[in-house]
Amino acid sequence: MTAFDEKRDAPKARPARHKMSWAWLGVMPFFIFAFLFLIYPSSTIGVRSFIDSKTHAFTFKNILALFSNQYILRAYWISIQISLITSLGGGIFGFLLAYSAIRGGLPKFMRSSLMTFCGVASNFAGVPLAFAFIALLSPTGMLIGWLRALGYNPYFHGFTLYTFFGLSIVYMYFQFPLMVLIIAPAIDGLRREWLEASENLGASSFQYWRFVAFPILLPSIMGTMILLFGNSFGAYATAQALTGGQINLVTIVIGSQLSGDVLGDAGLGYALALGMVVVMAVAIAGYTLLQRRTERWLR
Amino acid sequence: MRRGNKVWSWFIMIIGILYFFLPLVATFIFSLKAKLGVLSFKAYSNIFADPAFVSNFSYSVLWAVLTIVVGILLFVPTAFLIRLKVPQFRAAVEFITLLPFVVPAIVFVFGLVRTFSQPPLLIVNSPALLVAGYTVLSMPYMYRAVDTGLRSIDVRTLTEAGQSLGAGWGSILFDIILPNIRVAILSGAFLSFAIVIGELVLAQYLAKPAFAPYMALSIQNRAYEPAAMAIVSFALTWAAMGIISLVGRGGGQAQVGGGH
Repeated sequence: MTAFDEKRDAPKARPARHKMSWAWLGVMPFFIFAFLFLIYPSSTIGVRSFIDSKTHAFTFKNILALFSNQYILRAYWISIQISLITSLGGGIFGFLLAYSAIRGGLPKFMRSSLMTFCGVASNFAGVPLAFAFIALLSPTGMLIGWLRALGYNPYFHGFTLYTFFGLSIVYMYFQFPLMVLIIAPAIDGLRREWLEASENLGASSFQYWRFVAFPILLPSIMGTMILLFGNSFGAYATAQALTGGQINLVTIVIGSQLSGDVLGDAGLGYALALGMVVVMAVAIAGYTLLQRRTERWLR
Repeated sequence: MRRGNKVWSWFIMIIGILYFFLPLVATFIFSLKAKLGVLSFKAYSNIFADPAFVSNFSYSVLWAVLTIVVGILLFVPTAFLIRLKVPQFRAAVEFITLLPFVVPAIVFVFGLVRTFSQPPLLIVNSPALLVAGYTVLSMPYMYRAVDTGLRSIDVRTLTEAGQSLGAGWGSILFDIILPNIRVAILSGAFLSFAIVIGELVLAQYLAKPAFAPYMALSIQNRAYEPAAMAIVSFALTWAAMGIISLVGRGGGQAQVGGGH
């Protein structure tokens, strides 16, 4: 799609050449809006990460402090752990679920209902999600009540909803639906001919997976899991509502830094946020690259 | 398909269904227990009789509607011109529409508050900043929905037909293009609606009345009402997604979650 096709247009219908400047102006509101409310505020964080909050001079102090401040390192470590666990867990379970619905020989309607459920669940997060799990898994929750009636109280065996493990279970609720939504087209792209061909050549089910399906799906699976990692790494509302800010994720620390400078150093707060953007950028870039690699096979 | 596969598929599916529904069932049952000893809808009548809930919720609806209007006014002309006139900006625009995924909401609001709380840009207390922020958060969904809609129609022919009938740019955009992509716009709009209604971070840190902060607050000091609110919120998300898959071609669009 380049410029207008000169030969086919009726002369009167074609806008005159000088109107190009008008078209150029037409997209300016978008760029001005994006600059003012997205790019400038976000880049402020990057810039201020390199400014000493007291002397206002250029410095690497804040960035370096990220790697020496135990409180911050621990926050990153917890965020990374929870993102790893929920992206792996959500990724594997989401893949199995999508594969079962699409290629598992289940009734056709299962697939479309699964997709609708996942569309809802991947958007059902934050405060209501936190409360739903409080109703299920808190000490007075429904499932805990059932287990207690059976004579087993998980809270006597080290389980709590409000710490790392509980939060992982809650995060899975929006992680695996996202996996299902994104991986489904890739599973659709696995042609039946490939399975038939490998069966005709005498391949076992394991060999089909090991040498055909898995290598084709791998970039897609990896890419989506990286996206899930970012999805969980940037999550704030769910953890805040569930634990009341008691768990030290990076997002929670940024939140409390914003409301009351808990780090006692504004510059350090910016550097913390910048580190987060860097992790997210790497995750999204990884996803995009791997997704592009997959598209080679899936058309 | 072999029999073992099918059993295995059902097994996975049932675990998925349990995971999906158990928390909702627990919340629903809990929301019915507001009256001692009997199941009732008392918690629901409580929240709808609570002026604070009604006003916070109405504000959220207002923010959502404004966000959708601003989104349509901003993204439809842009996507249209990119497609027809200035394709050289496509890469830049697509990069920008992906940025909200890269900058997490909490970092984004951090930047907004710090940028707009000092002169000359002192608008941190204005509702306009909140709506602008929501427009940014919904941008990846709204812009892509509009762009997908434009891809499915013949923009060039429609525009030229309009021009040869003497239509100006305004009427080409709003009388010809807009009605032709209304399905795509609707799906973007409902997704934006679901995102804004459930969004906590922006409203909380820009200190504006909204549904999610109110719910977060009531989790801490009420028992049954938050359960009823969670169910209302879930029903709204469900309705929004249901409408999208009804008007659209059924949930093919990958959605990267909203306000986690």
